[in-house]
Amino acid sequence: MSFLLVQALSGLATAATLFLVSSGLTIVFGVTRIVNFAHGSFYMVGAYAGWSLIERFGGTPAGFWGSVAAAALAMGVLGAAMEIGLLRRLYRSPELFQLLGTFGVVLVVQDLTAWAWGPEDLLGRRAPGLKGSIDILDQPFPLYDLVLIGLGPLVLGLLWLLFNRTRWGTLVRAATQDREMTSALGVDPARLFTGVLFLGCALAGLGGALQVPRESVTLQMDMAIVVEAFVVVVVGGMGSLTGAFLASLLIGQLQAFGILVFPQITLVLVFLFMAVVLVLRPHGLLGRPDEAPPTAPATVTVPLLAGRHAGTWALALLPVLAAAPLVAGDYALILLTEVVILALFAASLHLLIGLGGLVSFGHAAWFGLGAYGSALLVRHLDAPMPLALAGAPVLAGLGALVAGWFCVRRSGLYFAMLTLAFAQIVWSIVFQWYAVTGGDNGILGVWPPGWAAGKATYYWLTLALCGGALWLLYRAAFAPFGYALRAGRDSGLRAESVGIDVRRFQWMAFVLAGAAAGLAGGLYAFAKGSVFPTLLAVPQSVDALVMVLMGGIQTITGPLAGAVVFHLLESEVMSLTDWWRLVLGLIIVALVLVFPKGIVGFLSGIRSRT
Amino acid sequence: MSELVVRDLQRSFGGVQAVGGVSFTLCSGDLLALIGPNGAGKSTCFNLLNGQLRPDSGSVRLDGTELVGLPPRHIWALGVGRTFQITATFASMTVAENVQMVLLSRARRLFGLWRPAAAQFREPALALLDRVGMAAQADRPCGVLAYGDVKRVELAMALASEPTVLLMDEPTAGMAPAERLALMVLTAELVRERGLAVLFTEHDMDAVFGHATRVLVLDRGRLIAEGSPDQVRADPRVQSVYLGGEA
Repeated sequence: MSFLLVQALSGLATAATLFLVSSGLTIVFGVTRIVNFAHGSFYMVGAYAGWSLIERFGGTPAGFWGSVAAAALAMGVLGAAMEIGLLRRLYRSPELFQLLGTFGVVLVVQDLTAWAWGPEDLLGRRAPGLKGSIDILDQPFPLYDLVLIGLGPLVLGLLWLLFNRTRWGTLVRAATQDREMTSALGVDPARLFTGVLFLGCALAGLGGALQVPRESVTLQMDMAIVVEAFVVVVVGGMGSLTGAFLASLLIGQLQAFGILVFPQITLVLVFLFMAVVLVLRPHGLLGRPDEAPPTAPATVTVPLLAGRHAGTWALALLPVLAAAPLVAGDYALILLTEVVILALFAASLHLLIGLGGLVSFGHAAWFGLGAYGSALLVRHLDAPMPLALAGAPVLAGLGALVAGWFCVRRSGLYFAMLTLAFAQIVWSIVFQWYAVTGGDNGILGVWPPGWAAGKATYYWLTLALCGGALWLLYRAAFAPFGYALRAGRDSGLRAESVGIDVRRFQWMAFVLAGAAAGLAGGLYAFAKGSVFPTLLAVPQSVDALVMVLMGGIQTITGPLAGAVVFHLLESEVMSLTDWWRLVLGLIIVALVLVFPKGIVGFLSGIRSRT
Repeated sequence: MSELVVRDLQRSFGGVQAVGGVSFTLCSGDLLALIGPNGAGKSTCFNLLNGQLRPDSGSVRLDGTELVGLPPRHIWALGVGRTFQITATFASMTVAENVQMVLLSRARRLFGLWRPAAAQFREPALALLDRVGMAAQADRPCGVLAYGDVKRVELAMALASEPTVLLMDEPTAGMAPAERLALMVLTAELVRERGLAVLFTEHDMDAVFGHATRVLVLDRGRLIAEGSPDQVRADPRVQSVYLGGEA
């Protein structure tokens, strides 16, 4: 009994941190309508800054709490700077650009943090005066955690006062409900938004600095917390503070008790919880329908004319690609093989984004599921390569069939969040189910058999399979299926009123894209000889998005060009520097701000101008 | 002969009754106008009829089949076509492809993964576009058309499904007077030729009284008059709430 009580209390302490971080995220979303991927970065840097300050001044209670406050304020200033430098230019962009742009910041901040504080985990000192624990029904419980538990409701109360008893708070609430109206009231929205970012990021920084006495400060904190904060915000209802508080409490308890019942799948539990809530209560626990994200199309709708002749070009290019082994060395062939695989991966995502307007933030799940499908067949069933390769799209397609059923129920940002959640579910299963998947050790020794072991042979095999799959995707895009998908994106209302079951087409597209990504994953596993959980992680999904964006969303050949350029950049440029995240992050931000139409769109823009 | 029987249709939004007990019958050969001041509930009425909104109570039967509770695409499949007040077409496709989509949908060929869509049903699509006077613009992207032209594309799309009942929400809004007349004449022809049953809303009184076979007047969610154009024009209640000083 007392054990359960302590468990519940530690759940409350987790909930307090979760709430601090997600309250900032939800406030920022409520006003700017941007889901700030970089929110976790402010939490992480807040923790690092807090650590440095506490090391220096944290010997006394005043010094400790002063350090925490200073770290929070510093993050507020950085947040305001990000609003002025980046977000301000993205308010009218499609949500894909907003998510990717802020993810670029995540990468940049990761490298800058590593540069400033080093890669080692840092252990901070305990809070002066709160080092001990007290006995609750004969079970020890840390005093500091008790303080945290009190801090959650305290911050909620202060925020409530701020939003309900001050002019600034009233304006923010007004802006949450109607942005246009606020500017009509004579309020400078730009300053209001900067202020909101300051507040939101300061809350993230506060959450981070408060972790210093509890756990070590690491470079992985940002992604871990931001994904959890997404879940809290979505479950609570996007833009709702009380919703975020309630959801934090629920998820804190889910984690505290989930670890007792299913220690292997605590992460899965959280995401499953979110998926179920979203299906039952589409706007979250306390979200109102009018606070749902705007239903602006994820991509600009333009005729998909560019690419009608892509088939002819591809046929002309194929002999050239097939002849490559005659001149290319082993290294170039390995590179080419990977490019071809990634082209299929990117094209499969483009089917969803470019045709369906469905921005998936978890497409790596199907790539990784394909890779693991092949690897598991080889490792556990000793399957020959052809069977293992056939299993890859099947397993990925089945996974996408299940996840897709949930995901296509929602559109826009919620779709992005749901796909992210499912990708995290798949990732956590692979990561935690050590006995079968080997956890983060991965699965090694997935090599092609003798007849396909030569670099040239495997390249030809890859080219044939990916080329065939790409050809099928290309045909599907211009066949009635692809048109029906576009019809649903252009005008769901009209599509439904002429007999098109939009959701069903989206679901089918999800499965088709999943299976194609799975085939790419299977081929990737044999090309690399091994698989690791990183293949299903968020950065892999973002890589695919960057390839699609680089090539250009509105052209069918875009993703192919994007895959080529991205992979060359990754293997030839970024490998030269230890700061590849910084480089990639800056590339992403530049893409989003300067070249929103991608390479192919940019080139055809030049051509049509001259 | 088709017959759409609407009985006691009701729908409220947060305590405000938008449509309160509307009943009428629409038969083949009818060109029935639904008029009323702004906010009278005309568009809500349309959305209830084609399944986009679910009524709180009431029934809509097409030749005896209950339509209430069916999704829009099923109601469409039973032969109820519609055009929208705020035009909704597939902006990333050409004019012809918009119509081809409807023809493909009607033929249940949308799941095709191989044959290019642009090559299927092109001739019938062009014939329909010719009927509404849009054949010359068949290969322009729908997103760049003038508003009145989009309205005509919408009509071609609605006709492509060979409906027995056609719901037209402000079919001539945003058109020049000559265009309006042409569209109403065309609609009247279609009603005669195909035995269509058309229900339309309209703000332009010339269009209503010049072409409608019957007129329904909606005010604050309720029908206050129904009859031939002459009867409705002469109705004192209609004059007071709607025509006002005009009569």
